[in-house]
Amino acid sequence: MASRDISETHDWFSDSARLHIKRRHAADRRLRLYGIGAIGLAIGLLAVLLGSLILSGHSAFVQTMVPLEIYVDPDAVEPDNVGGGNYRKLVRDAFQDLMPGEMSRTKQRAYLDMLSSGAPFMLRDRVVSNPSLIGQTVSISVPFADPIDQFHKGITPRDVPEAQRRVSDLQIGYYDQLLERGLISAPFNWTLFTAADSRFPEMAGLAGALVGSFYALLVCFLISFPVGIAAAIYLEEFARKNRWSDLIEVNINNLAAVPSVVFGLLGLAVFIGFFGLPRSAPLVGGMVLSLMTLPTIIIATRAALKAVPPSIREAAFGIGASRHQVVMHHVLPLAMPGILTGTIIGLAQALGETAPLLLIGMNAFITSAPGGLTDPATALPTQIFIWADSPERGFVARTSAAILVLIGFLIIMNAIAIFLRQKLERKW
Amino acid sequence: MVAGSATGRPAGDANDEPEGTQAMSEVEVLEAVKPESSPATRGGPNLSATTAPRARVVARDVHVYYGETHALKGIDLDIHKNEVVSFIGPSGCGKSTFLRCINRMNDVIEGCRVTGEITLDGQDIYARELDVVQLRARVGMVFQKPNPFPKSIYDNVAYGPRIHGLAGSKDVLDGIVEGSLKRAGLWNEVKDRLKEPGTGLSGGQQQRLCIARAIAVNPEVILMDEPCSALDPIATARIEELIDELRENFTIVIVTHSMQQAARVSQRTAFFHLGNLVEWGETEQIFTMPNDERTQGYITGRFG
Ligand SMILES: Nc1ncnc2c1ncn2[C@@H]1O[C@H](COP(=O)(O)OP(=O)(O)O)[C@@H](O)[C@H]1O
Ligand SMILES: [Mg+2]
Repeated sequence: MASRDISETHDWFSDSARLHIKRRHAADRRLRLYGIGAIGLAIGLLAVLLGSLILSGHSAFVQTMVPLEIYVDPDAVEPDNVGGGNYRKLVRDAFQDLMPGEMSRTKQRAYLDMLSSGAPFMLRDRVVSNPSLIGQTVSISVPFADPIDQFHKGITPRDVPEAQRRVSDLQIGYYDQLLERGLISAPFNWTLFTAADSRFPEMAGLAGALVGSFYALLVCFLISFPVGIAAAIYLEEFARKNRWSDLIEVNINNLAAVPSVVFGLLGLAVFIGFFGLPRSAPLVGGMVLSLMTLPTIIIATRAALKAVPPSIREAAFGIGASRHQVVMHHVLPLAMPGILTGTIIGLAQALGETAPLLLIGMNAFITSAPGGLTDPATALPTQIFIWADSPERGFVARTSAAILVLIGFLIIMNAIAIFLRQKLERKW
Repeated sequence: MVAGSATGRPAGDANDEPEGTQAMSEVEVLEAVKPESSPATRGGPNLSATTAPRARVVARDVHVYYGETHALKGIDLDIHKNEVVSFIGPSGCGKSTFLRCINRMNDVIEGCRVTGEITLDGQDIYARELDVVQLRARVGMVFQKPNPFPKSIYDNVAYGPRIHGLAGSKDVLDGIVEGSLKRAGLWNEVKDRLKEPGTGLSGGQQQRLCIARAIAVNPEVILMDEPCSALDPIATARIEELIDELRENFTIVIVTHSMQQAARVSQRTAFFHLGNLVEWGETEQIFTMPNDERTQGYITGRFG
């Protein structure tokens, strides 16, 4: 017999056998090292990405401010026209008061330019929301203009020729005086989260983009979740396997691979062009995004339905449950954790999607958060796109900060998905 | 019935085989064959179309195809009221397939085609107007692997009555649940934890829960596909006892791989081989004097 021949001729402890084993172990070790190297590379790149974002973006999370005591003069603000008051003068006067003594017009202009052009609007908002402040003195911290902000944060260097920086020597002089008197502080930049977009970096925030993204994702969820589940249930539980179901399956898988810009063109042509829905609206954005999320949800739902053991279906059929009852009472509840996981991952993808939103005009310059689904809005990724394109120095850090916020949301969503998968998914 | 009309090979051959005597003595020791079992009804190719009035399920010329596979090749079989019939035969011979024909569970399997006629109380169960959901309430099923729903013990048993609208009120439902669990011999073990998940019970308890779930809708026939194959001997013994008790109220068909089990619980036995129903009759007769060589070979352990 052959087996006996081998055992007689083959010596497991000969030198050649040892060499053979050694080579095999070396190959194992090499494979492991390659794997570790690949993972190290991936994590390293991720760390570089995050590191550079934090490095360039962290300064946007604080804002250089100056506290002002402003007397809301009834002459400047009439009680029956609160919104139309001359707040610019009030703010400028209060800021001027910080620097006593005569100033030439040029010096005065240089000094007043240090303050953000948005400062009067902050005072106006405060007074409009509380008209009883007219005739009283308001304590309010207002932001400096972007060049001073950048200078304070050390992004604009002091020791370069005056022509190479946007802060003049004169302004640096005033800055040093104010700093010495403790009038310059850099608290957390709430504006970044409470304000909508602005031409002035120190006044610009992500509120509009956050609300826009929320509305778009809401629409996306409301469309793709029920439609995706219904489609998946039909394909998985009802459709007979034949050429048509194969065709549908192939198409759904292809749909998931279609470049997102194509969906944007489709949305532009169909939703805006044909149905006449408004441009730049989260409603249209959500509809376009749902086209992309749909295949993801269908595929995830089908996988989750497939993972429900056949014994549960058999048990339900065996007791006389109809197809509808089998699906609704047993299969779907058991598949739900998997479906939710897939849905959240799909929505996270949609949250980061930029190209289709650009095509339907969600990259417009909009200075207030949308009040509804059809108001023009931006979304987080398109806001990043807009800021990255803006010339003001302050938008550089804000772009990175916005990316960090977006990544933060993505991490939260993926963490929820992982949590759901681990906590809810049943083990059989 | 045409008792004894079928001709087979002389059963005495079996005694010449050493394995044969062994298998037989097991049967005798177990004293499994119930004395009140029905008169011999031997099947065969020439079975007449007449059926006994008390036949519950009557199958005539049943063929089943899974795509190209011809899994059952013309089955003729009667299953009587209040008796336990066991199906035996080597793996893949079509026992489960035939069982699933009786409650049309094959409908769910894609590519499965059934021809021939099966009637339940004279009603063609493959008739167009028959509601398959109702049929499955009348013909319950217990599966090989215990498969309670991942719900509470109470909800497991209450599920059938709920979906079939059998219980008008909570009290009635409570009664049905208690009664079913009692009949399944599980009540004392679970009465204090009806709200706990059914999947937390032991294997044997789970299987009895599945039996309780099946009988909660008061079926006429209960089909059991190797209900003990995943259980330990003690749990198996409990289920076998239970089957014997349930016989009073239900007609039971059980697929089993254990000759002893078939002998212990069933009055009649059908032997399947390669998609054919080779032989069927009184359990005692099948085990002591099989007509067919293949039956002989199988029960004496020569193949299977
Ligand atoms: N769902 C199915 N699809 C295709 N073939 C099947 C299916 N179920 C059973 N069969 C085939 O039918 C034959 C009978 O199977 P089955 O009834 O399960 O046998 P048994 O229960 O006696 O072991 C086998 O050849 C098996 O391969
Ligand atoms: Mg089987």
